[in-house]
Amino acid sequence: MLFKRLMLAAALVTAAVATQAHADALDNIMKSKVIKIAVPQDFAPFGSAGLDLKPQGYDIDMANLIGKELGVKTEIIPVTSANRIPYLQTNKADLVISSLGKNEEREKVIDFSIAYAPFFSGVFGTKAMAVANAADLKGKTIGATRGAIEEQALTAMVPPDTTVKRFEDNNATIAAFVSGQVDLIATGNTVAAVIAEKVPARAPALKFVIKDSPCYVGLNKSEPALLAKVNEIITKAKASGEIGKLSEKWLKAPLPPGF
Amino acid sequence: MSYKLQFAELLPYWNVLLYGLVFTIVLTIVSTVVGIAVGTAGAAARTFGPVWLGRIVAVYVELIRNTPFIVQLFFIFFGLPALGLKLSETTAAFLAMVINLGAYSTEIIRAGIEAVPKGHIEAGLSLAMTKWEALRHIVLNQAFRKIYPALSSQIIIVMLGSAVVSQISAEDLTYAANYIASRNFRNFEVYLLVALAYLALAMLTRAALRALGRVIFKAR
Repeated sequence: MLFKRLMLAAALVTAAVATQAHADALDNIMKSKVIKIAVPQDFAPFGSAGLDLKPQGYDIDMANLIGKELGVKTEIIPVTSANRIPYLQTNKADLVISSLGKNEEREKVIDFSIAYAPFFSGVFGTKAMAVANAADLKGKTIGATRGAIEEQALTAMVPPDTTVKRFEDNNATIAAFVSGQVDLIATGNTVAAVIAEKVPARAPALKFVIKDSPCYVGLNKSEPALLAKVNEIITKAKASGEIGKLSEKWLKAPLPPGF
Repeated sequence: MSYKLQFAELLPYWNVLLYGLVFTIVLTIVSTVVGIAVGTAGAAARTFGPVWLGRIVAVYVELIRNTPFIVQLFFIFFGLPALGLKLSETTAAFLAMVINLGAYSTEIIRAGIEAVPKGHIEAGLSLAMTKWEALRHIVLNQAFRKIYPALSSQIIIVMLGSAVVSQISAEDLTYAANYIASRNFRNFEVYLLVALAYLALAMLTRAALRALGRVIFKAR
């Protein structure tokens, strides 16, 4: 008898948990007036600890923007890049805004919104350099970090008489650009943002994009209402220029054309 | 020990390795010749020159011998452009090597000069040699003969130390190794091969210097 009761109780609990998990996430958020958003804590300028040790960055601002648009309180949950998807899958977070790129493996387990932040590697240079594509690099010298994805892509695409100076790490590539040893570099837009912030006199301007992999908001599968709402908010924020402001604030550059 | 050595994966990069090898050899030869010239001038200035010149040389020697080579190199390549002196990575590498060897060889050669008995110089001067003739035929000749093994060692140290210039994108042998490792991740094979190449270079340098020494210092 006792065993039967226990079994029944267990079945009921399981059913309740299952129901909750399958309930519409957007409804739950609106009811509880809180949205839990996972953000990075170790990836400036998207998310890092500020001087007050609170997370700050593009993703945190984006998370607060979504909370504000929904009219609910935003609960910021700092995560690492390794555990950001598990946080979502175990319902510890409603959304992941953590400089998340899209790929096939991830698309099998979670859904993605439309892109909310530009993330790309490209060729950057001083204003005086007239470069619009790989062919324009003919006869020019360009710095890059050896072994980085953009360096390998660059090596494959430049004309044969382009000099590619390969440095040991991002810091050496930055030093080469800042000191004027090279007027062009191939690097990520976040690295370019760091240079623009620290040395405004030699702010690198985007010449062309090598590899584009923008960031998306991640959410659990089968949540069409939440997905539609997030997409609506992002579309609106793009149109109103709010996302452009985030880009200027954290990435020190306007949104790339076509974003 | 389940690692399978695959040296064949290095074959497509033979031209990169060859370029690096030639670069390292040329860099070593040129900076050795110029560096020893600087060292000889520095040693002569410290022992025979006016006091103020000797002090300047002393400051140069202490500054270079008491700071890491990579810092000197970075200062020349990344630092000097701030003063408007922009050098290419090759020029910066040559300059750093010359300055470095110049300082060390100044001290080595000075030791040799000071080991020449004063009486020899006085004998030369009393035979109506000019100061320059005495310096060349009596002092430097004997000094170099004495310090030649030490100087040979220093040249090999500088040759091996030249690996550091890969950090400013100068395309030497180590740069070639780093480049290949970043492409095919065959770190074990690449660095083993390049280590053996440096070993061979060092032994060849030693043999060449010994042969050169026999020609220069043959008993008269």
